[in-house]
Amino acid sequence: MGMTMTEKIFARHAGLDHVEPGQLIKCQVDVVLGNDITAPPAIKEFDRIGKPVFDKDKIVLVPDHFAPNKDIKSAEQSKIMRDFARKHKITHYFEVGRMGIEHVLLPEAGLVAPGEVIIGADSHTCTYGALGAFATGVGSTDMGATMATGETWFKVPSSIKVELTGIMPEWVCGKDLILTLIGMIGVDGARYQSLEFTGDGIASLSMTDRLTISNMAIEAGAKNGIFPVDAITMEYVTGRVTKTYEVVQADEDAVYERVITIDLGALSPVVAMPHLPENVRPINEVPEIKIDQVVIGSCTNGRIEDLAQAAAILADHAVHEDIRLIIIPGSQAVYLEAMKLGYIETFIKAGGVVSTPTCGPCLGGYMGILAAGERAVATTNRNFRGRMGHVDSEVYLSGPAVAAASAVTGRISAPWEVVK
Amino acid sequence: MICQGRVWRYGDNVDTDVIIPARYLNTADPKELALHCMEDIDTSFAANVEVGDIVVADKNFGCGSSREHAPVALKASGITCVVAGSFARIFYRNAINIGLPLVELGDDVKKIKAGHIIRIDLAQGILENTSTGEIFKVQPLPGFIREIAQVGGLINYVKGEKA
Repeated sequence: MGMTMTEKIFARHAGLDHVEPGQLIKCQVDVVLGNDITAPPAIKEFDRIGKPVFDKDKIVLVPDHFAPNKDIKSAEQSKIMRDFARKHKITHYFEVGRMGIEHVLLPEAGLVAPGEVIIGADSHTCTYGALGAFATGVGSTDMGATMATGETWFKVPSSIKVELTGIMPEWVCGKDLILTLIGMIGVDGARYQSLEFTGDGIASLSMTDRLTISNMAIEAGAKNGIFPVDAITMEYVTGRVTKTYEVVQADEDAVYERVITIDLGALSPVVAMPHLPENVRPINEVPEIKIDQVVIGSCTNGRIEDLAQAAAILADHAVHEDIRLIIIPGSQAVYLEAMKLGYIETFIKAGGVVSTPTCGPCLGGYMGILAAGERAVATTNRNFRGRMGHVDSEVYLSGPAVAAASAVTGRISAPWEVVK
Repeated sequence: MICQGRVWRYGDNVDTDVIIPARYLNTADPKELALHCMEDIDTSFAANVEVGDIVVADKNFGCGSSREHAPVALKASGITCVVAGSFARIFYRNAINIGLPLVELGDDVKKIKAGHIIRIDLAQGILENTSTGEIFKVQPLPGFIREIAQVGGLINYVKGEKA
């Protein structure tokens, strides 16, 4: 019996010839990731074990959630992580000024590669599935234990095959695809399972689209969301990844629990209404909803192509007088590139504010918190109750084009309402 | 291990953002986290929860963020067990790893209401609703996950394994 991509990667990292869904395995880990919120408790647990780090080159620490630090308590949390990085000579610690939002930063810096097993104490660690790796979010205790042992346990997930055909129309992006899928199967539709994307349609998806799609696999409850490795993947990793890695492809006779087919050509820009990512509606079916704030950025949509979509709309249009537009490049490299391409000037001239890379507003941390009764359109990944601020505020999720168009009109809008 | 206590009852898709909102994640101190536990879904919880109480919810409990602060806040609030129709996978892992017992009950969870008193014997695999007299069979945890739970969490397990 053949294996899926996830099963094959697991078998290789567990030293087994074959694994199957439901099997409990212990696996070698290639990368362990933590941030300023999750690493401090992980370090506390690590210290209880009383062993050295398993490999100082395979641990990645990024202060991005509440950094640059928003208050004294978050400064103390960041300091715990910084002191740990210095003490254990962690190679990949990214200080403010060199850091980015972790899931934008790691692929960009070549720290994650096809065929690897990557765990991170952050639920959006599943982003790296876009590169053909197995990547999943865990908690702080898992991170702490793995920093000492270099291994962790998994239950091998069954897989859902998501077959993509066709090519996305203008103004449709990876965010619209993953939100559409979550709308189809629900926020627990892939619970404990692997989403494996396949099909002819993949060849037309940029790495940015793939990273966005894998990023939100968790929003369907999935353990991971993985793409095959093709020419686009290889072009992306070449010159970035310097370590050795092994490309894994699914067997032709791999067994999937379910197959879902999506015609990319039939997709429309969509919006996920409050308060679950599964409340998805095509943009044409969204009623008139006035908004107060727009956030463009995050580990989901903070890459240069995302900012390019926003800039295309904001180049000839001003931000509506009632709207606060907050744009957050996902990394220093994205920020610099956006400057060179003139996007930053476009955003500021349009009346938006541009922030240093941070997760900030996405999780209601800082840099754009909502008051009671306020509404935001955001290119982030969650619209749970209170996610961006007051428990009586609302978040509408979309891709960058809808977000930028909405910033211009002051209400949730399709890009073609603004760009004729 | 036996847990017996009063039920706090919630619905589907209780996410970790409402279990412990991110605005309180500038600390990892369990006592401080407990002060704000469930704040965005139930403002009465933190002030009225008592040691030994049990949280019961429907499907996909603990979805969203991987923050271990969520099971930590529940445990520090005095919650001794979480019973749900189903659990989101990262929360499930985190709870096992920090030694917070979980019971996955499927559709039978609908028969448990707020304020009921339930008694869970994890070793025997029995959940008894003492308010209604109903008895449910609880599936044991599989393989080494049971061993992790039995020694009180992952760190103890790893220490024991390497000893």
